[in-house]
Amino acid sequence: MYSHGSESLIKQAREIQESELQKFYSRLVKLLQGKEFGHETIDSLQRLHLILSATKYTRTLPAELQKRLLSLLSSPVEQLQVLSSAVLRETLPLPGQELNYNQDNISQLNSYAAALLLSQAGSRAELSSLCTQLLRSLESRQSEAPAHSLTHTLPILNTVLTHSPECLSEDHLTLLSKKLVDWLRYASITQGGGASSGGFFTGPRSRQPAPIAELDGTVSGDFFTVLCVGQGFTDDQWMNVYSFSMLRHWLLTYHSVSSGNIAADTANRLQLSLSLSHSHSFSNDDRSEVDGSVVSMVSATSSSSRLLPPKERLREKAFQYCLRLIEQSDRKAHKRTDTELQKACLVEAVCILDCVCVEDASLVYRTFPCVKALFGRLSSDLTFARVLLPIAQFYLNHGELAAVDCDGVWRLVFGRFPAELFSDPFLAHELLRFLRLNLDSLRLRVPQYARSFPNLLKFLAWDSPAVVDDFVDLLPSLVTAETAVELLHTLLDLPCLSATLVLQLRLTCTPISEPCGRGLLSLDAFRSTSFRGLFLYLLRVEAGSGDTIDRLSTLHEMLAEAADWPRVIQCAQTVPVMLHIFFNTVVAVADQKLLAHLILVMLERSSLLLSLPAYIKEIHRVFSCHLLRLCKLHPSLVVDQSHELLEFAGSTANVYSKEEIYTHVVWVLGEYLSVSCDSRCSVRLITSCFEALEAVLFEITSSAPPPGAASPAPRVVTTLMSALAKLASRSHDLIPRVSLFLSKLRTVTRGGSVAWCSDEEDLVAIVTRGEELWSLLKTPGVAQSVLTPPPHVTTPQWHRDTNVSMPLQLRTLTSLTHSQ
Amino acid sequence: MVRCFLIHTVCPVSGLSAGESRVLYSRVFGPDEGVLTEQHRELGPEERRLLQKEKVAVVARQVRSAVSLSREASGRLPVETVPGEEALALQEATCGVVRLRAGEPFSEEMSALWMGVQNLGFTLVCEPHENLLLAEGTLRNLTRHCLEQALLKSSRIDAVLSRLLPHGQLLFLNHRFAQSLEKEVAAYMAK
Repeated sequence: MYSHGSESLIKQAREIQESELQKFYSRLVKLLQGKEFGHETIDSLQRLHLILSATKYTRTLPAELQKRLLSLLSSPVEQLQVLSSAVLRETLPLPGQELNYNQDNISQLNSYAAALLLSQAGSRAELSSLCTQLLRSLESRQSEAPAHSLTHTLPILNTVLTHSPECLSEDHLTLLSKKLVDWLRYASITQGGGASSGGFFTGPRSRQPAPIAELDGTVSGDFFTVLCVGQGFTDDQWMNVYSFSMLRHWLLTYHSVSSGNIAADTANRLQLSLSLSHSHSFSNDDRSEVDGSVVSMVSATSSSSRLLPPKERLREKAFQYCLRLIEQSDRKAHKRTDTELQKACLVEAVCILDCVCVEDASLVYRTFPCVKALFGRLSSDLTFARVLLPIAQFYLNHGELAAVDCDGVWRLVFGRFPAELFSDPFLAHELLRFLRLNLDSLRLRVPQYARSFPNLLKFLAWDSPAVVDDFVDLLPSLVTAETAVELLHTLLDLPCLSATLVLQLRLTCTPISEPCGRGLLSLDAFRSTSFRGLFLYLLRVEAGSGDTIDRLSTLHEMLAEAADWPRVIQCAQTVPVMLHIFFNTVVAVADQKLLAHLILVMLERSSLLLSLPAYIKEIHRVFSCHLLRLCKLHPSLVVDQSHELLEFAGSTANVYSKEEIYTHVVWVLGEYLSVSCDSRCSVRLITSCFEALEAVLFEITSSAPPPGAASPAPRVVTTLMSALAKLASRSHDLIPRVSLFLSKLRTVTRGGSVAWCSDEEDLVAIVTRGEELWSLLKTPGVAQSVLTPPPHVTTPQWHRDTNVSMPLQLRTLTSLTHSQ
Repeated sequence: MVRCFLIHTVCPVSGLSAGESRVLYSRVFGPDEGVLTEQHRELGPEERRLLQKEKVAVVARQVRSAVSLSREASGRLPVETVPGEEALALQEATCGVVRLRAGEPFSEEMSALWMGVQNLGFTLVCEPHENLLLAEGTLRNLTRHCLEQALLKSSRIDAVLSRLLPHGQLLFLNHRFAQSLEKEVAAYMAK
C-alpha cells in the first residue's frame, strides 16, 4: 500500500540537485563499463528510472550513459532489458543514437526493445517499416527459430495496426491471414513441454505426448483452442492463444482497411491474390486438414475451404473456431478463473461471428442457429448478462435478414437487465454503450425502446456520476411527444427512485435478522402493503402504466429521511443537467399543446419535490430558465395558460417559497400578456392579471414577512412593479392605479426603514425604479413604446439594410482616409 | 487493445491538493498518439512527452473522483489491512468503469476500468470495443501481482506486464497458460 515512505522517495527523486544527479550519472556509467553487472547496477538503474519518471519534464542523460543503456537492451539478462527499456522510454532519443533494426537483426528484437521502438516511433512511416519488417520475419522464420520468440510479434503488429491501420498492404493482409489460419486451426493437439515425464518403469511408448484436454478434464476430440488445457504447451499452442487474442481486432482492421484505402486497387489485385493463394495452398507452408490426426467435428460439416482466398479462408476458420468455443463453453470448468474465461470467450466468439457476418452476409444463415441456441441456453441466467449483450447486438445486426423474432432479446435488454442488474457497473457501462452505438436502428426496430425509459433511468438513479455522461447522449432519444410528460415527472422523481433502489437492494441483500435496516421508516413503508403501489410505480419497467401524482406528497414524506443518503444526493445533483437536456430537446418534438402541458407540470411540481433544499432550489432555477425560453419561443403560451399562471402569481406564499420561479412567472405575464403577442389577449384578461399582481405587491409591501420566511427579494418587488407598469401601458385605465401605488411607496419609504426590506440600499433601488416607472407612465404613449417595444426595435435589423447602413459605411471610410 | 495501465493514489496525499492523484506507475503502450494525430504534429518530442504525462494524470484524477464517489455512495470506506493481507484487500476492492470521451484526454473514446484497493487505484484504459470481461479479469490479475510488489520497483511491474499484457494485448489465458506465465514471473522475481 502507498505510504509516507513512498511519497518521500518520490519527493526526493523530484528534488534531486543537478550536481548530485551528475555524480549519480557518472557513477552509473562506471558501473556499466564493467563486465559483470551486480545488484548495485540493477538498484541504480531502478533509481534512475524513478528519478526520470517522477517528473513530467524531460531530463537529458549524458550521451555516454544513453549509449550504454542502448547496448543493455540486447543483454541476455531480462532484468537489464526491462530496466534499460524503461529508462530509455522516459528520455528522448539522441540524434544518431536511434534504435536501428533492419531485416538482418530484426529477429534479435526482444519485447522490451520493441516497446522502446514503438514508444519512440516518430512518424507513421517508421511504424510502417517496422510493420513490414516484422511481417517479413514472420514469413521467413516459419520453420527455424522457436515460435515462442514470435509471440511478442503479434501484439506488436496489433499495436501498430491499432494506431496506423494504413500500414497494411494487400500482401500483408494475405500473409498474416494465412499465418493466423495456421495457428488458429492447426496447432498441435498433444501436450507440450514435459507433459508426461515418464517414470522408471514406463517404456518409451508411454512417453508419447498426451492429448490435450477440455476444461472439464475429458480428452479433447477436436482442434486446439484457448479453452484447451495440458501440463505444458507447445509453441504453436502459444501462438494459437496470441492469434485468437488479436483475431477480432484483425478482422475489424482488415475490414476497414479493405473497404477503405485498399478498396481502389482491390479489383486488379484480386486476380493476383487468388492466384497467390492457389499456388500457396499446395505448398508445404500451409498445413492441410488431412495432415492433422483429427478431422474436425466442426469443419467436417462445412464445405471445404481449401480453395478460398486467404481472407475468406481466415473468415471461415474464425467461424469454425468460434463455434467450437461456444460448444466448449458449455463444459463445466474445474477452476473458477476458467469459468470466467469461458464467459469472456463467449463474448469474443459472438463478437467475431457478428464481425464475419457483417462482412459476408451468407454466413448469417449458418450462424444464426448457433447464436439462437446459445441465447436459449443463457437467457434465463442473468449471470450471463454480459454475454447476452453481444448476442443482442448480433440479433440487431442480422435478425432482420434472417427474419428472426427478437422480442425475447429486447425483453431482457430493456426489461430484466436494468430492473435486476442496475447495480452492476460493468453491465451498466456496456448496456448504455450498446444503446449509444445503435440508437438509430434501435429506434427503428425496437418499438419499446423509448417507452422503457423508467427502467433505463435506474442506471442513472443508482450510479449517477458513472453514467451521467452516457445519459447526456441518450436522453434526447428518449424524449418523444408521447413520453415527454411522464419523462419529466420521472426525472423530477429520480432521487426518489434512487432511494427506492437502495431500499430494494437492502431488502433483498440483507437477511431480515440483520439489524441494519431497522429503524428506517422508509424501509417499513417499502415493506408495507398499503404503500406498495407507490414504490412499484417508481420501479415500473415501462412508461404508460398508471400515475401517482395524487399521492406523491405521501411518497416524499416517507422518503424524507433519504435526503442525506449520499447516493440520493449524487443523483439529485444530476437531475438539473438532465432537465436542461430534456427541455432543449422537447421544443423540437412537441407541439404547442404539449408545451402548454409542460408549463403546467412545472408550476405544479415546483411545490412537489423530494425535500432536499439544494435540489429544490436548483430545480426551480431550471424551471425558471426554461419557462422563459418556452414563452419566448411561443408567446401565445402565456395566453393559453394565463389562468394557471395567474393562479400561481396571485399566491403570496409563492413569493417567499419559490422566489426564483415566481419572479419569472411575473415577468412572463408582464412581458407577453399583450395583444401584440396574441390577439386573444383581451382587456379583461389584462385587468384581471393586473389585479392579481397588484394584490400581491400590495400585500408584501404593506406588512412584515410571515414568521419563518425571509423578506421578499428586491428583485420580486421590482419585477412586480415593472409587470404592473407594462400591463397599465397596454390598458391606460390602469395607469392611475399604478401611479397611486408608486406614490404611496415613495411616501412610506421616506421614513427610512420598512418591515419588508431591511437593506437600505435595496430599498433605495426599489424606490428609484418606482419613480422611473411613475414618470414614464405620465406620458402613456411613450410608456407603451418603451415598455412594450415593437419587434423591429427589440430585434433591430437596420444594419443589414443597404440604404440605412450607407451613412455608417461612409463614416467608416472617411475615418480611414482621414487617419492616413 | 489496452492503451495504458496505471497505478495511482485515490486518497488524499500530503502535498497534493484535494482532488489530485499521485501517479506511482504508468505504462503507455504503443506509439505516442501525439505523433500520429494532425492536431499535435507541430509539438516537439519534449512537449509531446509532457502532453502524454498530462493525459495520464487526467485519467488518474478522473478515476480518483470515480472511486471516491462510488465509495461515498455505497457507504463503504476502505478498511486498512496490514502487509501480507493483500488477498483480503483485493476481496474488499471496489471496481467500475469511467467513460473517457474522445479528446478527454485521448483522441478517441476510451473506457477506463478501475479497481480501488484501499488508498490505491489500478486503472486499465481500454479501447471501448475491447472485451471488457476479459479486461476485468486481467486487471484483477495484474492488481494481485502488483500488490505483492514494492510499487516503486517498476521493473517488476514491467516484467509482469510484458507477460500478462504484452504491448497492451489482452490475452485469453486459461489457468494452465496463466500458471506457466506466473512461473516465469516468479523466476524473474527470485533473481
